[in-house]
Formats: sequence, C-alpha cells, structure tokens
Amino acid sequence: MTQKVMSGSYAQSYAALLARVQVVSAYPITPQTSIVEKLAEFVASGALPAQFIKVESEHSALQVCVSAAALGARTYTATSSQGLLLMHELVHWASGMRTPVVMGVVNRAVAPPWDIGADHTDTISQRDTGWIQFYVESNQEVLDTVLQAFRLAEDPDIRLPVMVNEDAFYLSHTVEPVDVPSQEDVDSFLPPRDARAVLIPGVASRLGSFTGPDRYVEFRKEVANAMRRVPQRLRDVEEDYLRVTGRSHGGPLPTYRTEGADEVLMTMGTMTTTARTVVDELRAAGRKVGLAKLRVFRPFPVDEIRTLAASVDRLGVVDRSFTFGPTGPVATEVAGALYTSPHRPLITSFTAGIGGRDVTPGKIRWMFDSLASGEGAELRWADLEETRGVLVHG
Amino acid sequence: MAKLTLPAQELMYPGHSACPGCGPALTMRLLLKGLGPRTIVSVPACCWTVIGTPYPTTALAVGFLDNPIEATGASISGLRAAADALGFKDVNIVGFAGDGGTADIGLQALSGMLERRTNAIYVMYDNEAYMNTGVQRSGATPAGAWTTTTPTTGSSHGKPEMKKDMMGIVLAHRPAYAATLNPSFPEDFVKKVEKARTIEGPRFFHALTACPPGWKYSSEQTIALGRLATDTGLFPLYEVEGGKYRITRKGGALKPVAEYFRAQGRFAHLTPADVDRIQEQVRADWAHLLSLERPA
Repeated sequence: MTQKVMSGSYAQSYAALLARVQVVSAYPITPQTSIVEKLAEFVASGALPAQFIKVESEHSALQVCVSAAALGARTYTATSSQGLLLMHELVHWASGMRTPVVMGVVNRAVAPPWDIGADHTDTISQRDTGWIQFYVESNQEVLDTVLQAFRLAEDPDIRLPVMVNEDAFYLSHTVEPVDVPSQEDVDSFLPPRDARAVLIPGVASRLGSFTGPDRYVEFRKEVANAMRRVPQRLRDVEEDYLRVTGRSHGGPLPTYRTEGADEVLMTMGTMTTTARTVVDELRAAGRKVGLAKLRVFRPFPVDEIRTLAASVDRLGVVDRSFTFGPTGPVATEVAGALYTSPHRPLITSFTAGIGGRDVTPGKIRWMFDSLASGEGAELRWADLEETRGVLVHG
Repeated sequence: MAKLTLPAQELMYPGHSACPGCGPALTMRLLLKGLGPRTIVSVPACCWTVIGTPYPTTALAVGFLDNPIEATGASISGLRAAADALGFKDVNIVGFAGDGGTADIGLQALSGMLERRTNAIYVMYDNEAYMNTGVQRSGATPAGAWTTTTPTTGSSHGKPEMKKDMMGIVLAHRPAYAATLNPSFPEDFVKKVEKARTIEGPRFFHALTACPPGWKYSSEQTIALGRLATDTGLFPLYEVEGGKYRITRKGGALKPVAEYFRAQGRFAHLTPADVDRIQEQVRADWAHLLSLERPA
C-alpha cells in the first residue's frame, strides 16, 4: 500500500488500473475528462495493457463496453450529466443483457441552463435501469468502491452493471490523500473475470434476442432477483475488502451517532462530511441528532431504513436532485419503504445543493432545526429557505 | 452455365421467420457461407432481429449479439476490442444492419467505427425502407418510391428526395475494403466476402436486398428483380480496395430502368417523364463509375 495525493477523478482511474480493466471506452465531458485522460496515459505508458476505444459519443462508449463485456472482457467507462442522459438507452441494455460494466459518473447538473456543478439528477434519473448505484463521500471511498464494484458486477449470482457516483468538483477536482492498495492485494481481492454465459466464437448463441409477453416478465424477474442478492453479496465483498485493505465503508446505509437520536438526517455524497461535523456540534450542545448516509441507492436498502426508522421520531431526507413528484426522489423511496413498516417517523423531504450550490453547515443546521420544530413536510428547498450566511451566487 | 462454387456449409438454420422471397435472409445465408463458423454478428433493431427467431431459439450457427438500432458501429468496435483483449485472433466481427439503422440513425456510429479503423466487417442490407416497422421511408429509399410515409395520394408522389449515397459516404472514410453485394449474383457475392475476410481494417458492404411486401412484387421474383437492379445500372456491382475501383459485373448494354420499375408496385405511379429522368441519372452514374474504374 502506498499513499498518493489525488483527485476523485484520478481515484477512479487508479481503481480501473488496479482492476486490470481490459476494455475502456469513453467520450469527454466536463468534469469527467481527467478520469479518461489519466487512463489514456496508463494505456499509452504500458502500465495498463487495455484496449482504449475512443468513440464519437457516450452512446457509443457504453455500447462498446456492453459488447466487449458480452464477449467476456472486463470493461470500464466514465461520464457525467448530459453524457449519461445520452447513454440512457444503453444503460437499460447493459443491465438487461447482464453485462457487468462498471461506470464512474461525476454527478453534474442537467441543462438547461448549463451548469457543471454537483447535482445527482443525472444518476437518480437512471434509477429504473437496473444498475447498482453507489454515492460516495471521499476520494478514498471512490477508489475503494470502484474496486468493490467490479467484484459485485462480475459475481456470477449478480451480473449487473454498477455506477460509482461522485460529486462534481467537491470530489472530481479536489485532491486528498488516498491509500492505494498494492496490485498484489487487489489481485487477491479481485481475480480475473469469470466470463461464463457470454458469446463464444464458433458457438451458436444469441445474447439480447427478442421475446413476447410469454417470457419478458421472467427476464425482468431475473434482474430483480439478481438485485435482491446484492445486499448479501455486498456484505461479503466489503468483508473481503476489509481483510485485504483494512478499510470498510459500512454497507449501504452507514449511520453516525444515531443511538438515541430523535432526529436523523439522511444524506448522500459529499454533503455527508459537512453534516457529520454539524451532528458533532449539535450533540455537544445536547441535541439528540444523528446521521445516515445513503451509500447505495440501488438496490434501495429497505431493511436498513426500516431498522433505522424503528428508533427515530423524525427523519429528514436530503436530495441533491429534484423530481416533479410529491417529495424529493429519495424521500419518496424512503416513504415507500416505511409505509408498511410498524414504526413510521415523521418524514421531511429537503432538496439541497442542486446545481452545485454549497450545502453549508448553516443549511444542515437549518434542516435539523426545521426537523425538530416541524410536523413533517412534503418538500422544503433548503437552498432557498435557509438564508443565514448564504453567499448569493454570481 | 458456370458451375456454382459456393461453400456447402450452411450456417443459417431453416426455420427462421423471414417472409418468402426475403432478400435479407438470403444475404445472411450467403454472407456466413463466405465467412465461416468463427463469426460473431451484431444486429440492431431491424428485420433480422425477428428473422433470427425468438428466445430461446436462434436461426444462426454463429454468435449473435443484439444491439440498439443506432449503435452497430460501436458494437463491433466493442466486440473487436474484447476479441483482441482476450486473444481471440481468428474471429470475424460483423455488424449486420438495415438501411435505416445504417444510413439514418446509425450513421454516426458507422462513421466512428470507420474513422477508428475497427478491424471488422459492416454490412448494410438495404431493403430501401424501414421494412420491419411496416415500410416507412428511409434515407436509402430511392426517389419516387412509394412508402407508407411517402404516399402516392393527393399532393404526394412517392419519395421526393434522392437515395443517400452510402458507398460515397463510406469511401470518404478510406476503408480497407468496400463493395456492393447482390444475392442474385451469389458467386460474385461470396467471392467478395471471402476476399474481405482476409483483409485487415474496416470493411463495408452495401447489399441490395429485395423485399416482396415492401416493394410490392410477388416473392418468386426476388432473384430476377435483383438481377434487373444490377443489369439496369441502378445497383452496379463493384469493389473498392485501397482506393482502386473494380466493377465486378458488366453485362453489356444496360437494360432500361423501366423494366425494373414495371416489376414493382412501389413504382407503379411513376410517369414516363419520371422514368426518363431517372434513366438519365442512371446513365450518368454508370458513366461516372466507369471513369472511376479507369482514371484518366
């Protein structure tokens, strides 16, 4: 193991290098570019003996990975925002054909208006595509999660693609010290891909195919079954990773100081780090508050959320994205998970930080205050309602 | 009559679900005869999605990968990348796409594949409209042809625009090899495929594939109609290797295009003046092709 100071983007590139990916394909988009620039360097220097297919669109980038994975290769791509939206059709294909593609996504706002700031709308809007989705908090977690993603994606009982999502600029362009495991350790954690059930040259086979109502349902159910096996497999993968590297990121919904908490805020990505410091500050002041980080959005950690909710009176769900439904998209899922649960805390849905606006300690404090005093609310715009100490953009 | 020398091995199974007289079915059969069993075919949404028969059956004795309609060029780049990465050296990677999936929505991915010099064969099987969805016009539909979206009622007189010149577009990318194919001339067809198989780099075929329901003719006429397409000069057979043109069939004087049009319901509304105009264009195009074969 060595320690390197690197950006969240480079953490993606180094993870792909250590994973010994065989086919990389990508199209440039800000703020994803440095991921693939670094990979191009690795390939050019011979450090990574992979095929790097430089394509004319993100749609083609993911098609290259899907087709290469269908033949048995370990594949990686990265994109952001508009690029992911252009990929959308292939995003469905990747999971439907059970191709274990791993994709790094730098979460960025969706146009118009153009805005390259951090925002989860790009990946949240891919929620129905059958991909496993991670949201990470630090550059270390980026690197570790990409490696875990390959293990999970290629597990013969899973065979689903995985997105590892990191916030634009807060991670992608911010450097932090990252412990880089040795190649030997990574090799012991992540063996070469078991390429069963793929196209084989010289053998009659068809992948994709077409069907009617008589079989389509069964195909969907198979994907759903694979998704249901993810929580157990993720536990195994994290245990193995802990054994090899000494690090764990705590499963799909790691919690912080939720013991005896009356109010808990659920966050995703980088705002979690800010929220953790606010929890410490409020706890020091005698407030019973805690934090839950939604690390895995797909499959949605229903069991963990029900366990958490059993001891909490008020739950605030912070979405760094927006949907035109009754609440933020994650809040809707949380409410859905708890509706049939015996203990249902009051839920408040917050939207905060879309378009890359800073989620400040002040905003987190305001969200805890609003949780403590309110009766639960369908949707509150933290960026617009909390005005103390807010820098007006532009 | 010359003795047929086609490879005997059949790599397309009977029991496929093509219409009687289907040009694309015949084209796949001949293509695989020329390529042999170590072939993987990537097929977008098109007639062949369905002809290939539903899960869990397949009509081909080779690997068959489905891809979305606009992505065939990218799919074969991915297959080749994986074959190289995994050490499969002797495998033919083939994209087999319709005219809509190539000349319209798939043009970008095709251009990308040609530009990055993917070592693969791309076949555009051209039945001159979106046939799988029920005969809507494509960029490859010829001028004047009836389709459901270029009707012959009221002010509409069939497709007003010219057919897109896919060979010209592909040749602008300087492929390793490009040729036209016509399943009505099986020996010429297979010879070109066998040749292409031995060439490294991006290779492209434009195959004219007659469609009885879409072109409105009786299915037993497929072969005769295909021959007419070439012998009238509407679909000349030629190949381009390293920039050098070679016309592979010169059947003497061109037959009048009227013979070809008369045989198909999709052209039934053409006036003698329309036919004359097209005849002039075909003569000019043929003369141009001859000049390309023998540069001054």
